[in-house]
Amino acid sequence: MQLNLDQVWGGALDKLKTWARVNSPWAIHYNSGSCNGCDIEILATLTPRYDLERVGVKLQGSPRHADILICTGPVTLQSRERLKRIYEQMPEPKFVVAVGSCAISGGAFQGCYNIVGHVDAVIPVDVYIPGCPPRPEAIIDGVVKLLESLKERGRVGERERAGRSAEPGAGDSETEEKPQQR
Amino acid sequence: MTEQVPNKFIVPIGPQHPALKEPGHFEFSVDGEIVTDASIRLGYVHRGVERGTEDRTWVQNLYLIERICGICSHIHATAYTLGVEKLAGLSAPPRAQAIRELFCELERIHSHLLWIGVAAHEAGFDALFMYSWRDRETVMDLLEELSGNRVHYSCNVLGGVKFDISDAQRDAILRGLDFLEQRTHHYLQVVTQDAAFVRRTRGVGVMTKEQAVEYGAVGPVARASGVERDVRVDAPYLAYEQFPVQMITDTAGDLEARFAVRVRELFESYRVIRAILDKLPAGELMAKMPRKIPPGEAIVRVEAPRGELFYFIKSNGGDKPERVKVRTPSICNFGSVARLTIGHQLADAPMILAGIDPCFSCNDRAVRIKRQDHIQSWTWSDLRRYALKKYSA
Repeated sequence: MQLNLDQVWGGALDKLKTWARVNSPWAIHYNSGSCNGCDIEILATLTPRYDLERVGVKLQGSPRHADILICTGPVTLQSRERLKRIYEQMPEPKFVVAVGSCAISGGAFQGCYNIVGHVDAVIPVDVYIPGCPPRPEAIIDGVVKLLESLKERGRVGERERAGRSAEPGAGDSETEEKPQQR
Repeated sequence: MTEQVPNKFIVPIGPQHPALKEPGHFEFSVDGEIVTDASIRLGYVHRGVERGTEDRTWVQNLYLIERICGICSHIHATAYTLGVEKLAGLSAPPRAQAIRELFCELERIHSHLLWIGVAAHEAGFDALFMYSWRDRETVMDLLEELSGNRVHYSCNVLGGVKFDISDAQRDAILRGLDFLEQRTHHYLQVVTQDAAFVRRTRGVGVMTKEQAVEYGAVGPVARASGVERDVRVDAPYLAYEQFPVQMITDTAGDLEARFAVRVRELFESYRVIRAILDKLPAGELMAKMPRKIPPGEAIVRVEAPRGELFYFIKSNGGDKPERVKVRTPSICNFGSVARLTIGHQLADAPMILAGIDPCFSCNDRAVRIKRQDHIQSWTWSDLRRYALKKYSA
């Protein structure tokens, strides 16, 4: 019997990655023109009463170390490029959480001349948390939903991998030997 | 002999940075550890609120203006309503004025506690950050109980307030204040006696009384330098005549004094809130407001948690304002930061910056810069040309 090592290794590695990602997501927070309301609620989420750190989220200063970008505010024209840059600096896979009505639709600032309107127009968003500002509980709920979807995505990744290797030609000796050479 | 070019090393910070939660870009030129020059670039949060007010009706503007700043939203809305009421030639009933003042002081408590936490975080004193934010939840609960929202309370309407204060709420506020007062005594002790913390604040960022006047500092920053400047005392608005506050000043002018002034202001806020709850005037909550405001101009000065807040409102008789101009305290205080950091260690720069309690969403607005002899400003055609060039791609 031949062992398909690529599938075994790949699957195990995927599982490990998903496990690590879900258990300690590091977040970065960028205010792209918010009124502060969402920002103080995000900070309140990290402080003892709500304590987001108990689900493993750590607020991180550098985009290069972060998995989740928490973004608040209607994107102003000044901060648009900066937001893109921060997003591009983050390593893959990366996820974006848009916090607050402004980040979703422009909120109260709709029609003001210096805003793009919503985070979606600049970078892709994974989770939207509505509210003006959302309560800390809502922010925790949003982050937990994101983490659950990550678990789901990890499973999808496994299934995809399993599907791919089931394709004809995928299991030949070349691909099998690669992990052994390493 | 060749000319020696001094080595200039610039440390850029921001706009996204771990310390502050709002975007602002700072460049500190350093010689070793010592800051030799500082420049600040603001404007990342400029949304165009002042122009936005001209497209909205008087009532809609209440909600836009509240969202100029999430920390001091009530004081913005209060200044705006006071101005509109002045234009309409009426004033809110006494009970409404007292409730507004109560909200102003509750907001000051939440803002100052927030600031103590953030400033302690800058100093690397995260225990104090967590403690003060934990205790701040008490006042957030009170605000939520009164208004239904933790941050933007929307307490004001044109001509009055939306909420009354019931007996149960009154008791809840008093209970909350008792707890906070006891904690605040502890904080006063920490910020003035904790040896490690005092070494980060005592004698750092000293601003003399003359400098404070010259840089145009306002609010607790000015008061910590001995400048007696508090709109609540100088020109009482709302019910501050009936329920007066005492001005808290300090003479040291350093960071420690700024901490002490803000913490001692908390006691003053507790006292005033108790006085208001004790003698809350009876009566109506709202006065009848016309939909269209008669033409005219009004100026309002109020004391936000960070200092003097100034509103200019112009009406042309329609259902929308013709012009609303806001001048917020943060932008007045920013001038001092660039000057005060020079000569200090780079590690002190975030502390000095946090010392003025900067609020970027308040201060990012178009201003005319006046240097000694020339005024630097943009005309409409300049702006248009600039915009076409910048956003043509």
